[in-house]
Amino acid sequence: MLALKNKDINLLRSSEKSSLLRFLALYTVLATMILLLLGIFYYKSQEELMFSNERIKLSNYANEQVKELKLLHHYFPSRTEYPRSYNFDSAIYDIERVKIFSTLKNSEVNFDKEIYRSGDKIHFVKYLDDYYLGAKYLFLEVDEDNDWYAKTITNIIILGILTLIIMAIFGLFFVHILLRPMKNSIMLLDNFIKDTTHELNTPISAILANVEMMDTDVMVEKNKKKLHRINIAAKTVSHLYQDLTFLTLNHNQQSKDEWIDLKKLFEDRVEYFTILAGSKKVTFYLDLNYSAIYMDIVKMTRVIDNLISNAIKYNKRLGAITIILRKEYFIIRDSGIGIEASKVSAIFERYSRFNNSEGGFGIGLNIVKSIIDEYGLKISVESVLGEGTDIRVEFLKASLGNGD
Amino acid sequence: MIKRIIIISLILNVLLYAETKSENIQENKKENIYEHNCIPCHRYLPSSLGDMYMRYLKTFSGEITLKAALKAFLKEPLEQTSVMSDLFIDRFSVKDKTLLNDKQLDEAINIYWDLYNVRNKLK
Ligand code: HEC
Repeated sequence: MLALKNKDINLLRSSEKSSLLRFLALYTVLATMILLLLGIFYYKSQEELMFSNERIKLSNYANEQVKELKLLHHYFPSRTEYPRSYNFDSAIYDIERVKIFSTLKNSEVNFDKEIYRSGDKIHFVKYLDDYYLGAKYLFLEVDEDNDWYAKTITNIIILGILTLIIMAIFGLFFVHILLRPMKNSIMLLDNFIKDTTHELNTPISAILANVEMMDTDVMVEKNKKKLHRINIAAKTVSHLYQDLTFLTLNHNQQSKDEWIDLKKLFEDRVEYFTILAGSKKVTFYLDLNYSAIYMDIVKMTRVIDNLISNAIKYNKRLGAITIILRKEYFIIRDSGIGIEASKVSAIFERYSRFNNSEGGFGIGLNIVKSIIDEYGLKISVESVLGEGTDIRVEFLKASLGNGD
Repeated sequence: MIKRIIIISLILNVLLYAETKSENIQENKKENIYEHNCIPCHRYLPSSLGDMYMRYLKTFSGEITLKAALKAFLKEPLEQTSVMSDLFIDRFSVKDKTLLNDKQLDEAINIYWDLYNVRNKLK
């Protein structure tokens, strides 16, 4: 089940991935924005609630203070002590907003708001009708009660995480719906290929076996050439067949990892492709040192075959293919048409081809890439248009043999 | 003879005293127009200038506002603009227009304001 899921994701091409990512980014931004807004709303409403509680308390205090001010006004100047309380600090300002007297800790006052926050204090303003001692504005100051704040923040965080989870579930659901048509079309193509492949096996094997078995010694030169061509054609089809089977059948099967002698494998595969290369008069130059890797041989063969077959396919007549094998990497270099720099990243996508002049399904490099990714190897492409392409595969340290 | 000398010296003394006093008054007048103009007339009113100040403060609050209102009132005292109670006005009637010019009036009002200002008295 899990393997199947992985396959589904592999089915996506990078253009689809980026549109998916864009959708996800948009979705996340929208979701967080909505959450943020809700959070702010909630915070504001809690703050308002707190303020309205404080307002009741403070307006009672204010009435007390006004009474005191009235008394003081009456007895002034024989009494001059400004009324103070343990519950609050206060200040009086005249109609011109000039300070008359203040015991405030936070002297920054706002004349236009009934209740507001000033630093870590809460200020409450009462407008007096009779200006006792000239006071038009009476400011009260109390400490902010921080309980509500902690409570509100924890609530916001908990609710936020909960909604995020719900939104994430919705998001996954949406993505699923969004991807279904894409998946379906790719699946359809895959199934078609799978079915076709199945029918190809027997005839190809028959052709190849019979070509091998033919006795060329008794053949006329003209027929020999024809047989040779049949051989090449059959091998090309066989190669395609193997790619397709790999893609549709092998890919999800368990790997049978073993130590592979890469030098031998390369020599083997080059020999296999010699006839094909010969049809284009492409020459192989081998520079192979010993190297071994712990890997499924079928998969490694797919990698090498596809890279060599591409190197032949996109080469020019009388071109060259150089294969360099070192302990930690190999390079397959062709003298072909090259790839535009902007297209390099796209060549590993399924059903994409460098150019449309050559046939093929465009699955070869996709297979290479998926195997390379599976084993954690690194592939890099360097290409100069019109001069050729270097494909370099680096091995993972852990999968390397000791050299003996 | 001695009687005469005594009488003359007494008269001189009185004259001298009167002169210094009138000088004093003139100095005061120069120095404090408020004490010269406002206090003597208000002395006989049952409500003190301090009380009146507090009434003014209660109605006008700010310095600029209060001074402007008082100035306007002193120049054109009206029953409607007075801060005193009807009872008080009934008994003492509205005061007369001030005889001071604008500058003197400003000066007197400034002294009045400073004298009773609550700001520097509150503790
Ligand atoms: C001629 C006498 C007189 C003089 C001079 C005078 N006052 Fe008065 N004042 C009164 C009387 C009488 C009242 C009470 C009746 C009234 O309010 O109009 C009064 C009322 C007031 C009031 C109360 C105002 C109100 O709204 O009723 C103030 C304040 C006052 N005087 C200040 C002053 C000042 C300051 C000066 C000096 C520039 C001054 N007065 C000079 C007679 C005087």
